[in-house]
Amino acid sequence: MKLGVITFPGTCDDADARIAVSKVAEAVPLWHGDSDLKGVDGVVVPGGFSYGDYLRAGAIARFSPVMESVIRFAGEGGPVLGICNGFQILCEAGLLPGALLPNKELRFVFKQVELEVVTTATPFTSTCAVGDRLSIPAKHMTGCFFGEVPEEQVVLRYAEGENFNGSQDDIAGVMNAQGNVMGLMPHPEHAVETLVGGSADGLKLFEGMARVAVA
Amino acid sequence: MRARVLIRPKAGILDPQGVAVERALPALGFAGVANVHVGRLVELDVEDEAQLDDMCRKLLANPLIEDYEIQAVEAASA
Repeated sequence: MKLGVITFPGTCDDADARIAVSKVAEAVPLWHGDSDLKGVDGVVVPGGFSYGDYLRAGAIARFSPVMESVIRFAGEGGPVLGICNGFQILCEAGLLPGALLPNKELRFVFKQVELEVVTTATPFTSTCAVGDRLSIPAKHMTGCFFGEVPEEQVVLRYAEGENFNGSQDDIAGVMNAQGNVMGLMPHPEHAVETLVGGSADGLKLFEGMARVAVA
Repeated sequence: MRARVLIRPKAGILDPQGVAVERALPALGFAGVANVHVGRLVELDVEDEAQLDDMCRKLLANPLIEDYEIQAVEAASA
């Protein structure tokens, strides 16, 4: 089973995403200018500052050749996980509801945050139970979630006192109506080894993704 | 046509840049400032101005969170 990890110019978390993916599947590098998804069973859109985040975070990356293929792949039910800038890109692409605004304090923040699992009705959290807490690092300046989202599409919330960016209703991660596309601002790919990630909780999302990609 | 597109946060949407500027001005002694909003200005030459609205909706603005306004600019400077 193969999971692709996209690299755009300005992506900086693709290497960690490939390491995380390689713990559950074969990691396949995908390039922004190449519309070929190389037969992968799932796609990770990692974090960073694609195309310099010019105009708006994710606005230009959304029109890259690889994203046209990802939009098609997602439409066919393929699992797609967007992390941080990847979440912003998936929102801009219309694959996920809502948009990300600058943090309420206008500062880049890097901290370990506690998240609560709101639903397990998506492959990504199928390895968790509702109410589980995940300890995962967040690092971003444009992570204040805003948008009209049905409650059943909210996957993760910042735990009480953890919503540092001003996100509406403490939303940290959402999915599409079908549940095969998910995005979150915190970085599960940085939390796959207890030695360096503060926890290995992030691995659960990749394990869940791999579970479904096989099916 | 030379066009100017003004993009601003939709009313009611958290605008931390506007808030920061609104707080900074009184600190410099400028009193009586309210309702500050910070947006973006895009200037461009277009052959077909009918496409401008589509450009705004697809790329220049995110209609979920931003309002845009298209203005014509008189006589492009050389």
